[in-house]
Amino acid sequence: MEILLAIIIGILYAAGIYMMLRRSLVKLIIGIILLGNGANLLIFLLGRITEGAPPIIPEESKVFLEAYADPVPQALILTAIVISFGLQSFAIILVKRAHKVVKTDDLDEMNATDEDS
Amino acid sequence: MTQQLILYPLLLQLLLAILLMFFWKKINTQRIISMLGSLVHLAVSIGVFAYIWNNGTQTVQAGSWEAPFGITFIADTFAITMVLLTSIAGLAVSIFSSGSVIGDRLRFGYFPIFHFLLLGLTGAFLTGDIFNLYVWFEIIIISSFVLITIGGEKAQLEGAVKYFTLNFLASMIFLTAIAVLYGLTGSLNMADLANKVAAVENRALVEITAILFLIGFGIKSAVFPLYFWLPASYHTPPSAVSAIFGGLLTKVGVYALIRVFTLIFVGDAFLDQILLVLAIFTLFSGALGALVQNNIRKVFSYLIICHIGYMIIGLGMFTEVAIAGAIFYLVHDILVKTNLFMISGLIYRIKGSNSMRALGGFYANYPKLSLLMFIPLFSLVGIPPLSGFWPKISLITASFETGSYWSLAAIIFASFITLVVIAKLWAEVFWKDAQEIPVKPKFRYYHKIKNIKRIQIVVPIVFLSMVTLYVGFGAEHIQTLATRISSELMNNQQYIDAVLNTQISE
Repeated sequence: MEILLAIIIGILYAAGIYMMLRRSLVKLIIGIILLGNGANLLIFLLGRITEGAPPIIPEESKVFLEAYADPVPQALILTAIVISFGLQSFAIILVKRAHKVVKTDDLDEMNATDEDS
Repeated sequence: MTQQLILYPLLLQLLLAILLMFFWKKINTQRIISMLGSLVHLAVSIGVFAYIWNNGTQTVQAGSWEAPFGITFIADTFAITMVLLTSIAGLAVSIFSSGSVIGDRLRFGYFPIFHFLLLGLTGAFLTGDIFNLYVWFEIIIISSFVLITIGGEKAQLEGAVKYFTLNFLASMIFLTAIAVLYGLTGSLNMADLANKVAAVENRALVEITAILFLIGFGIKSAVFPLYFWLPASYHTPPSAVSAIFGGLLTKVGVYALIRVFTLIFVGDAFLDQILLVLAIFTLFSGALGALVQNNIRKVFSYLIICHIGYMIIGLGMFTEVAIAGAIFYLVHDILVKTNLFMISGLIYRIKGSNSMRALGGFYANYPKLSLLMFIPLFSLVGIPPLSGFWPKISLITASFETGSYWSLAAIIFASFITLVVIAKLWAEVFWKDAQEIPVKPKFRYYHKIKNIKRIQIVVPIVFLSMVTLYVGFGAEHIQTLATRISSELMNNQQYIDAVLNTQISE
């Protein structure tokens, strides 16, 4: 399971960065989404995967009796998902506006800010 | 009551931002609330600063969860100094925005977002938890995305696409670094991490994590070779926005770098070497970039990059004197860079252009304003006794002590080029004969706007210039402050004890 997840995370990071390096604006958004999900999965993996041991204390005892899954990474991922969701929706609107105003979806043609003025 | 004292600056900004949202379309009310609120915020920050100065580092454990399990807020001298500088710059830009940002932008929630940005900055300075730092960074960048795009002009949107992409990438690298660090140590509290990272056996992995942090914060603070988004975007939004960005946004990256590399990843010769090399290249490339630009705001953008180098070089040399120099430079730079972008806004408002070739005759027509602008421009160069001069003494002393003569050369070279750039700007904009600039019929020139607006534009420049003069002439006080901060940073056990050994009393 860990190895599988590690490979998936690697693919997500690589694909995300590759897509961000492309010139099309739409591919930029896809890159952002892939990279965000890769980072979330990485937190999940590095919080150690523990199968079938939720961090809930049984009714009859007062402390944990066995090893349990770390709940902190889940809280972190939840926060990170919400944040990256917000950023992605902003990116989509930004790209839509930029496409409308600049009238191109090629990042190489967006060079008005580098011109001498 | 005094227990939660350090949270007051944070909560006040949050309150302001929420309050402003209730007056969404009433921009005059928003202006007044923002200016008064910023003034109160400055007063509160000064109060908290005085308390920390007298009583030492204070911590708050959110929800009374004992560290390292809950989220910690900590105000040592460094953090509270940054909060104080934020509120000084915030007050100046709030007044400047009231005078210079046009109503169409204000109607789309400029002020609430502006205060959310200041909230994020204050939070980033005060937090003692690395994941919480990430969350504050996200608040900062989301607010800055809105501020940079508000108005929706062509250049703004193009700049915003670049700004967004690279800042998003930086955040993801930062998040990756946090994930790896959590995997290594199982902790997120920075003081706890400082203990646990030192005990990790797999040093190679620790070093890689440190490099990830360096890249993440490096993009945000625009060090070589990660700075290209900055000159592509900082000159596109209104000057008020550039002012707060130029003054504070890159500096929060520097703050995070200094914090992480003096607390968590300490004393790694390899990392210090990398920091030094990056700083030297940052100094060179920023200075040379500024030399060839024609737009005033682009010149200032490159000078931001150049002067980030001074702070990173201080961190890289890693002696008490060097870090004191870096801190002093940070104080000076926040005030001066905010002021410079406001000045570029004032010049644009008067002449309708920011191109050095088109401008001219400023000194002949506006002698008083020119003298006012002289203060921040030549403070930046560091003509003694103005403020930019003093930190360089510490930095140069430190580079002799550590024997890093390349740093010495870079510091002197960058100062010299800054002098050339500012002299060129002075000659072109102020001394050259006035040029013919085509008059824009719809543009609201300085002489056409109401008196109150003119006051709102000039007063913050005067205010920041006065503070800069104080930093220059009262350098002794700032040096005392910088020395105290640097000794606190170098003896990080004090910070760790403050977080981990506090008893929570009900």
